[in-house]
Amino acid sequence: MKHVLDITKEHCPMTFVKTKLKLEQLAKGDILEIMLCEGEPLNNVPKTVEEQGYQVLEIAPHNSYYKVVVKK
Amino acid sequence: MQKENYSIIVFSGEFDKAIAAFTIATGAAATNRKVTMFFTFWGLNILKKKYKRSAVGRSFLARFFNVLMGGRYNLPLSRFNFGGISPKLMTGMMKKHNVATLEELIESAHALGIKIIACEMAMNILEIERKDLVDQVEDVIGVSTFLDYSKDAKILFI
Repeated sequence: MKHVLDITKEHCPMTFVKTKLKLEQLAKGDILEIMLCEGEPLNNVPKTVEEQGYQVLEIAPHNSYYKVVVKK
Repeated sequence: MQKENYSIIVFSGEFDKAIAAFTIATGAAATNRKVTMFFTFWGLNILKKKYKRSAVGRSFLARFFNVLMGGRYNLPLSRFNFGGISPKLMTGMMKKHNVATLEELIESAHALGIKIIACEMAMNILEIERKDLVDQVEDVIGVSTFLDYSKDAKILFI
């Protein structure tokens, strides 16, 4: 199943907090599309997601945000 | 790479310091670090179940003190408190800028599995019992147990 999480309006530490809690809710094999801003979230959210054992499939820039696709 | 764990001693009971402690704690936990928060003395006010002023305790002095200190709703700002109006204004500013409020941070800390513990000795002095604290408190312990928990952790004192 595909899920979407928009953290473009969140700030530290809720960018990480919401990502981690959302991923914990998903079933194994689920896909999560995270919309986030450049800077701190882009530099660190994909990194910490990988540390949690999930797979980052894609990081793509969009107009005003970045899309990070993660597989649980 | 094994990440370092953090133990945060929350001694202060000011609004801004509570925000700082919970921000560091939730940030660390969400980026895969094990976090323990040890609440003692003024910090216990953050965890009181009755979040407004309430006469917790048995003796007159303890009840008087607990009314003066109040709960989460009465935490003063370290500077420019202006009789307690500033923390309310600050919470409004935080919401406006979409920054997590203290309530949201406490909920997140619990959801992230941060170990929230309270100091037995300070609770004795202030006559605060386990039932007076929020359910998220996992344990009531002394300093030696806290240090055991923090064996492999960096300790921050706030």
